Amino acid sequence: MNAEVAMMVPEFGQLALIIALVLAAMQVVIPLVGVQSGREWLMAYARPLAAGQAVFLMVSLLALTYAFVTDDFSVVYVATNSNTQLPTPYKISAVWGAHEGSLLLWVTMLGAWGLAVAWFSRTLPLDMVARVLSIMGMVSVGFILFTVHTSNPFERHLPSAPLEGADLNPLLQDFGLIVHPPTLYMGYVGLSVAFAFALAALMSGRLDAAWARWSRPWTTAAWVFLTLGIALGSWWAYYELGWGGWWFWDPVENASLMPWLVATALMHSLAVTEKRGLFKSWTVLLAIFAFSLSLLGTFLVRSGVLTSVHAFASDPDRGVFILALLGICVGGSLLLYAIKAPTVASVGRYQWVSRESALLVNNLLLLVSAFAILLGTLYPLVHDFMGLGKLSVGAAWFNTMFVPLSVLLALVMGIGSMSRWKSDAFSRLGQELKWACLAAILLGAAVPLLASGEWNWQVVMGMSVSFWLIGATLVDVWKKSRGQLARIPKLGVSFHGMVLAHVGVAISIIGVTMVSNYSLEKAVKIAPGESTELGSYRFEFAEAGHIEGPNYVSDATRFKVWRDDKLMEVLTAEKRRYNASGQIMTEAAIDVSLFRDVYVSMGEELPDGAWGMRLQVKPYMRWVWLGAIFMSIGGLLAVMDKRYRARQHKRAAAPAAKEAVA
Amino acid sequence: MHPQRKKRLTLILFLVVGVGSAVGLLMYSLSQNINLFQTPTQIANGEVPIGRTIRAGGLVVDGSVVRAEEGLGVTFKVTDGVASVPIFYDGILPDLFREGQGIVALGQLDEAGVLQASEVLAKHDENYMPPEVQEALEKAHQAGKANLEAAAGY
Repeated sequence: MNAEVAMMVPEFGQLALIIALVLAAMQVVIPLVGVQSGREWLMAYARPLAAGQAVFLMVSLLALTYAFVTDDFSVVYVATNSNTQLPTPYKISAVWGAHEGSLLLWVTMLGAWGLAVAWFSRTLPLDMVARVLSIMGMVSVGFILFTVHTSNPFERHLPSAPLEGADLNPLLQDFGLIVHPPTLYMGYVGLSVAFAFALAALMSGRLDAAWARWSRPWTTAAWVFLTLGIALGSWWAYYELGWGGWWFWDPVENASLMPWLVATALMHSLAVTEKRGLFKSWTVLLAIFAFSLSLLGTFLVRSGVLTSVHAFASDPDRGVFILALLGICVGGSLLLYAIKAPTVASVGRYQWVSRESALLVNNLLLLVSAFAILLGTLYPLVHDFMGLGKLSVGAAWFNTMFVPLSVLLALVMGIGSMSRWKSDAFSRLGQELKWACLAAILLGAAVPLLASGEWNWQVVMGMSVSFWLIGATLVDVWKKSRGQLARIPKLGVSFHGMVLAHVGVAISIIGVTMVSNYSLEKAVKIAPGESTELGSYRFEFAEAGHIEGPNYVSDATRFKVWRDDKLMEVLTAEKRRYNASGQIMTEAAIDVSLFRDVYVSMGEELPDGAWGMRLQVKPYMRWVWLGAIFMSIGGLLAVMDKRYRARQHKRAAAPAAKEAVA
Repeated sequence: MHPQRKKRLTLILFLVVGVGSAVGLLMYSLSQNINLFQTPTQIANGEVPIGRTIRAGGLVVDGSVVRAEEGLGVTFKVTDGVASVPIFYDGILPDLFREGQGIVALGQLDEAGVLQASEVLAKHDENYMPPEVQEALEKAHQAGKANLEAAAGY
């Protein structure tokens, strides 16, 4: 590329963004006009427009990446978030390291989801594709406009560009940041597809099993990303913040957990709608809630209204813009719902004891959890807004709300997957599950006695419900395969997905229970040569020294970890000072194993060469995230079920309107 | 009543009662679990009851950081420009804790008027001021101006 053209790359990026905006606007209007007037050739514009929009957004994102990689500090955003010393992978991840770039990533992903819908919807009736893509276009228009208007990443420092950039926040110079935000955003934005499908179905009045079937894989795909994104965020906070905490009930974490809970409810409600033609309006409402909570999350994180470790951006104008977008989106969709939902009737009946009921109860529990978290997250903001003063809601409150609800949820999950559609009987369920129930209680009660010799109700609760969930799921597999191992692989990909995901939930609960109750922690003043004990471990401060990194220098301490006079591991913790910004970062040293983590992080340097050190032993830490991996794989299996595609073929052949408003 | 309607009515009643009591319980427990932010001025004026968990913050006063001989105990003062409050903390201070920096501490006031902190937070950004601290400084600044003006006889 010749130098003058290369210099203009940010302008090309800006131009691409604006072209994408125009294409998105066309994507809103043209297909919808086509639907209204019944002109297929207009509806057919939806796919190419969505593809075009996605391509131009990607060009725009690439242009910004190019500016980062080539250290183009004439771009304000690059100058504030990068530095010549920054290693190249971090230059790339710095693209979404702050407000402007992360929004560009957000809209690009929205474009990518639109492209995916255009691509994988060959079997969908054209009018449905037109509506869905038109609605996704509306979301795009809103957010691209927001990006261009309030948060343009391509703005220049001209004519005098700085020679050196201010550097990326050291907290973000890490593998976790390369993967966490994109994954989470994929989840957030993916929920827009479920939202668009729900609104399209509402608009057309075709809220039927076919709609639920189209919607399911998309919802599950978004949910998989959300699950992974949340787990990655938790893992990142754990090793990067240096406290050894893995969940803080920080508003930004809550912002990701709320849509996850509602999306989980939505996935299950969609199953009922597809299989039984029930819960239709409820499902639509959940789809609206799930995406609205994604937008709320974006608002909370991006408007700077929070007091939180994540509050990197703070600019009230932006807040107002997103709030307006949120208002239009929630208000508009609820209005449509209010107008159209009364015409939707759910056919079919079910008894109190049935799979439908179990799923409904689980839906309610998930929603109550999400609502409690919403309340705890927004309460301080409302309080402050009304001039009543600043306050914070303690983690203890979130725990008292969330833990009992999760225990109930796990209990009902065990019954739910076992129970039959339409009608079932407690006596039958009791007959099939009694041994699982008994075993769960006994095993659960044994855990605290084995772990510490002391009775602990919380541990018994957490472990019992986990064993119950695993036990009930295994009984389910056993019954459905009629006791023959050879049949198990034939039970269907979706079923295996469900089993994995439910076992994943149990694994996570085991991890949370163990690490919350049996973690050992100690903050000590310790000098080289000294030792200190923690549980059955002995930490020996071997030496203190210095390390030079590519763009930082650090004080380092080396610890030998002994157990029963056997050397387990040598851990080197660091305290880094980043050259460009002078910021200090704690790099914890962690010895990872399946059943426990040993965590060493440095505090401050004290007189006489001693250091304040934080030492921790965290049993079953990995299980918290391992469960999330199981859930994600489960979700992935469910998405891959051929059923969705095969039946779509059949349906596409028949007139799509056949199943109109049941 | 038609059995279908009866079922629906029971469901609705169940939902209303359920949701109502859930919200009530949530709000009640929430009001028991909040930690109000108090400025050093408010604490100095005796507006904060002893033993209650609060958040307090301000700028760490230059030269006020005193470490214990043994262990990790540290005492320091934070100020909003008008009053200052002593804080005791036994543990690892955050990376960005230093004199002159804005911090927020969570803890209880003891009889001696020292905030016994269980947590000390400083933000991972040197240019970042916790919004509470920012507001406390502004409030104290305005109050100070008002006092001056009153003293000058306006």
